[in-house]
Amino acid sequence: MKRDPLARKGLLGRLPEAWRQPLAVVGGVVALAWLVVALAAPLRAPHDPLAQELPRLAPPGPGHWFGTDQLGRDILSRVLYGARVSIPLTLLLVVLSVLIGGLLGACAGYFGRWADETIMRVADLVFAFPTVILAMVVAAALGASLVNAVLAVLVVAWPAYARVTRGLVLGVREREFVLSGRLLGFSAWRSLRVDVLPNVTGPVLVLATLDIGTALLLLSGLSFLGLGAKPPSPEWGAMVAGGVEVFDSWWVATFPGLAILTVVLAFNFLGDTLRDALDPRTARAIKERAL
Amino acid sequence: MSAMTSAKESADAAPRVRSRRGVHPLARFLFRRILTAVLLAWGITLVTFVLTNLVPGDPVTANLGQRALGDPAIVAQWRAEHGLDKPLWEQYVLHLRGVVQGDFGVSQQSHRPVAEDLAQFVPATLELAGAAIAVSLVLGVAFGVVAALRRDRLPDHVLRVLSLIGISVPTFWLALVAFYVFFYRLQITPGSGRVDPAIGEAPAVTGLQTVDALIAGRWDVFVSAVGHLITPALVLALYTIGLLTRFTRSAVLEVLGQDYVRAARAKGLPGRVILFRYVLRSALVPVITVAGLAFGSLLSGTVLVEAIFAWPGIGQYAYKSATTLDLPAVMGVGLVVGVVYLVINLIVDVLYGVIDPRVRLQ
Repeated sequence: MKRDPLARKGLLGRLPEAWRQPLAVVGGVVALAWLVVALAAPLRAPHDPLAQELPRLAPPGPGHWFGTDQLGRDILSRVLYGARVSIPLTLLLVVLSVLIGGLLGACAGYFGRWADETIMRVADLVFAFPTVILAMVVAAALGASLVNAVLAVLVVAWPAYARVTRGLVLGVREREFVLSGRLLGFSAWRSLRVDVLPNVTGPVLVLATLDIGTALLLLSGLSFLGLGAKPPSPEWGAMVAGGVEVFDSWWVATFPGLAILTVVLAFNFLGDTLRDALDPRTARAIKERAL
Repeated sequence: MSAMTSAKESADAAPRVRSRRGVHPLARFLFRRILTAVLLAWGITLVTFVLTNLVPGDPVTANLGQRALGDPAIVAQWRAEHGLDKPLWEQYVLHLRGVVQGDFGVSQQSHRPVAEDLAQFVPATLELAGAAIAVSLVLGVAFGVVAALRRDRLPDHVLRVLSLIGISVPTFWLALVAFYVFFYRLQITPGSGRVDPAIGEAPAVTGLQTVDALIAGRWDVFVSAVGHLITPALVLALYTIGLLTRFTRSAVLEVLGQDYVRAARAKGLPGRVILFRYVLRSALVPVITVAGLAFGSLLSGTVLVEAIFAWPGIGQYAYKSATTLDLPAVMGVGLVVGVVYLVINLIVDVLYGVIDPRVRLQ
């Protein structure tokens, strides 16, 4: 209703520029390809990812293009099926941290006072720990499972969104269109949803896109440590861990690692371009030519 | 423009602050920062304690065998031995009192004081993470400056892709690949551990193998220690190199647009002088802050790298104690890593205040 016209134009008006960047195109195509793989894995995978029917530790070749692991499972099929494990969980993870962190940050910024103090001090505490250490402690305490690993990453991931959202909300809270909404009798919830939210989405979306990569790295790292996916599951981090025991057979660890790398890289390409397009500071810096 | 006016305002405000309180603003700044850090350190003890106690995992089942678990007397005795039969707040007070006195409890796995374990493992990790942050700062800043100065030209594009790859590679996988390629295949780097076992370690003084070797005057140990350090440190540093390249680039670009840089160029100063005296000095302030935060990711990364290179540091210790639910050890690791991270960021904050006078007055 009373959206900030500048912010709306800023987000949507600059998006087409972002799509013309080669990095964003590459990132978008690769990310899309992995989504298709995740959907189509049961149709296209040459073997059952759990069946132990092939020769053990066979090098890549016809019939099993990525080779087989120490239990005679086809690595190509496992990598393809791995997309169904890692990608949906990572996306869910980021959506949940955006919702939780965004809501808490918005409350902190909008209501101020004790809500601000409580929420931001808790966020500071989480920031006081290096992420993997904290996630590891949480995951170990909850017990090794993929769902618990997601919860553990969630614990360390939400504060970043709380901080960013709080800062943005603080910036618009006293603006005229928000105040006039309040004077018209909007409830706090309606004011946040209608007047504040549209001014916050752009930067939070950029952060979320960049965070998909970080979340996947953290999640597969926990699985690598044995604190995530359980053994037969074709999770990429756990597959790399399996390759450590037989690192003579390089293909066992190499391909799942490459899968993680390409997914993370694709989303980082996308996020980096989006940030450049939406960040007024880089936009301004680009205009000025110096040295 | 806004930066200039705020600088002017703070310059006006400075003498007033000083005369009113009679304390140097930098001292007040320091005091406030140290107070915050102490509060956060207390918060860390609370978080590690609550996390390791309120979660469903039961240390009794993780540490006692099946037969012992069936005997209530043994279970009760084990709980009493580790103080687990007392109410939670009392456990916390005991824990806090111990921590202040440097007593972190006894590890349930190694049956040694956790403080002893930590003293043994922390220096190895600090050496690894220190080497990695040094490499990252040098390379990251250099790459970032080059990218900013050649903006939108080939070096900038290449460095952008490379730095994005740097922050996208899974550390644990890279460690494995590096180990396989450079040690196993090409045999140009030494294998796992901190020094060649045939040479032996230098007598421990600082716990940092390279420094100890120099103190003992053992050149051969030093060379071996550096050789063992290079690959894990580079693997660990790749992420922070990428991060610092990106941040240095945008910080330098930001400064390049400032009026005083334009003025310096108008005066006809040579580009080298402008770069080092005008641009880098103020661009490095945010970069140092990011480097402080990046140190946390390095400490985290050691958990993933140390396992592959058999580096006897806190990362391996953390992993072992987390998977066995060794609560005192987990709390000790969380506490030490959290405090190291706090101290690093305190130093960064102070540096920030020393370099940029505007910060002290906020």
